[in-house]
Amino acid sequence: MPIYTQLAFLRTTQSSLALVFCSQILVWSMGWTLFILLVVLTVVHGNPTMTVRTGSGPTVGFDQHPNSVPLGEDIQTTTEGESEVVEEVMTTGVLNPSHYPARRAATVVQHYLNTRYGSPYRWIFFSTVHSGSSEDVAEMGRKYQLELTVQEMISNVSGQCSAELFFPEGEGQSAPQVQASCEGLHQSNTTAQEEAFYQQHRASNNLVSGNNIPDSYGHVEPSMKPFWQLGGVASSFIMLRESNESTLYNMAQVANFTQLETEKDQLRFNYHVLLHEMISQEIIHWKLLVTWSPEQGVQVLQTELQPKCHHCEAPPNTTN
Amino acid sequence: MCVSMYSAVWSREETTERNYYTRYHNMSEITAWMEQMKRENPDVVSSMVYGQTYERRNITLLKIGLSSTGRKKAIWMDCGIHAREWIAPAFCQYFVREILRTYKTDTKVNEMMKNLDFYITPVLNVDGYIYSWHNESTRLWRKSRSPGTGGCTCYGTDLNRNFYANWGMVGVSTDCCFETYCGTKALSESEAWAVTDMLGKMREDILAFLTIHSYGQLILVPYGHPNISAPNYDELMEVGLGAAKAIKAVHGMDYTVGTSPDVLYANSGSSRDFARLIGIPLSFTFELRDKGEHGFELPEDQIQPTCEEAYAGAQHIITYTHDKAFYSYAATVRATLSTIICLYKKVK
Repeated sequence: MPIYTQLAFLRTTQSSLALVFCSQILVWSMGWTLFILLVVLTVVHGNPTMTVRTGSGPTVGFDQHPNSVPLGEDIQTTTEGESEVVEEVMTTGVLNPSHYPARRAATVVQHYLNTRYGSPYRWIFFSTVHSGSSEDVAEMGRKYQLELTVQEMISNVSGQCSAELFFPEGEGQSAPQVQASCEGLHQSNTTAQEEAFYQQHRASNNLVSGNNIPDSYGHVEPSMKPFWQLGGVASSFIMLRESNESTLYNMAQVANFTQLETEKDQLRFNYHVLLHEMISQEIIHWKLLVTWSPEQGVQVLQTELQPKCHHCEAPPNTTN
Repeated sequence: MCVSMYSAVWSREETTERNYYTRYHNMSEITAWMEQMKRENPDVVSSMVYGQTYERRNITLLKIGLSSTGRKKAIWMDCGIHAREWIAPAFCQYFVREILRTYKTDTKVNEMMKNLDFYITPVLNVDGYIYSWHNESTRLWRKSRSPGTGGCTCYGTDLNRNFYANWGMVGVSTDCCFETYCGTKALSESEAWAVTDMLGKMREDILAFLTIHSYGQLILVPYGHPNISAPNYDELMEVGLGAAKAIKAVHGMDYTVGTSPDVLYANSGSSRDFARLIGIPLSFTFELRDKGEHGFELPEDQIQPTCEEAYAGAQHIITYTHDKAFYSYAATVRATLSTIICLYKKVK
């Protein structure tokens, strides 16, 4: 327990004990000086205990938090573009389910499940990590094992999953490898909806397009929802590929999508999506070529990273 | 002019008050609303301009409390330090409305309004918030709107990396084109300076500091640096976990509690860390709904449930803070008085 907390605790106990003890003495003796001491003591200890610091440099380093898994010795610096993220890396051991390593790994499992099972009517998010562990694999990377609950967002069905992940380390980072098996997710029967959607859009005489989904107010037109969900699932292919232990991806918005001519019985779309990477807080633009059919599922044929538009940032009313 | 501005605002919107708090509002609407809160509750609400943004707009807070002759303890809440987190200003508005709606009838809220003043800034990053309303392509703006320097042509500094609290050490970018750019130096941003100045003046009196963000459903306690613990970490965790429990009781939502390096990521220069460093004992960051499905673009039909649960969480913290400050002192005074009475009887 950090030392300041220990002292505060002792002071509180001491003051209560002092009150009882001193009041007994006073009743049986006529020591007025003791009485004055009591008043001074109680008034002083009646106020919230606070440590006021002047200046704001780092405080003296205390021991690690009582709830945490012991932190590793190594400090890993990763450079992402121009930004530096310095994080302590957890060593082998049991993971705290509410701490970031388990949460980031669970998000990767979420992306994986969407690439395998997602559709315009099935979009999966992780709810809770129940338990997990991680293990260094010498000079190769780190392996994770997780037990988690996931939720399918349209039907609200929950599933329990066991997953294993491997994050490879080293130059030319490749995508994490994931295996997962889930119980309960198949309860959401989407066949009828998917078939109806597929039949509705496979004829090329009325190609659909849309933009800003959700809009600024978080609104999604009902007719746009399956396209939003499809965008989320398609984005999962990119998010899975780009993930590592220092990232946490979500799709922020479908900037726009355009339906192309159906080919080989696959619905085809160009998507422009905005991904939010939580650790850097960056919004990353990607363009994707996506196909889908109830039989083949979602496939992403092409992806293209879009550069950040720096000149787009200038104040709206500038003339230069 | 005041009346016509008031009617112009209302004619654009639903007129029922209940609907007002279930929608997002732009900066001029929020400014008009602040005036309305003062007008409708002149005994308990006043406002204070405590700084200027880069683009020279006022940074305004509402001070809410039953007036008293002496100096009062305070609770600080700020919203909208990051422009795109629209649910945060919506929550500040909801919070103000709730305490004003209930202080006359709810004995606990009434007591807290007697003993405390609430200092609430509905939008701290005014420039950024206005920019995020400009059009669909600016919606996801985060930072301030100050221009880059030294040949860097992008805009904005991350206000929540700009405070004098382990500034620049971890979880920041030194490139002005990135979202966690910490500025040329600590307090380079006038918005961060305004908060620092106010907190500095009031630090003896502030009992709790709440800064409201989205998204992620988290309650974060100091510090953002992985190697530094707050002296009252155990207390912060206990109160934070109590708040999360109160939140869950409302609509079943899970909020994770912990330090930022434990549950999210390491970072420095945050307002929460600065508040704790200058001695404000209870300092929390709230990350409101959701967990990534909508992210920053939370649908308006989730504003009310989000605000209801966040209000329960905030009230847990505020009640704890209030009772710790006022009940332990009162209990001490009671014990002292009863001892005096006993002693007097014995002496007689």
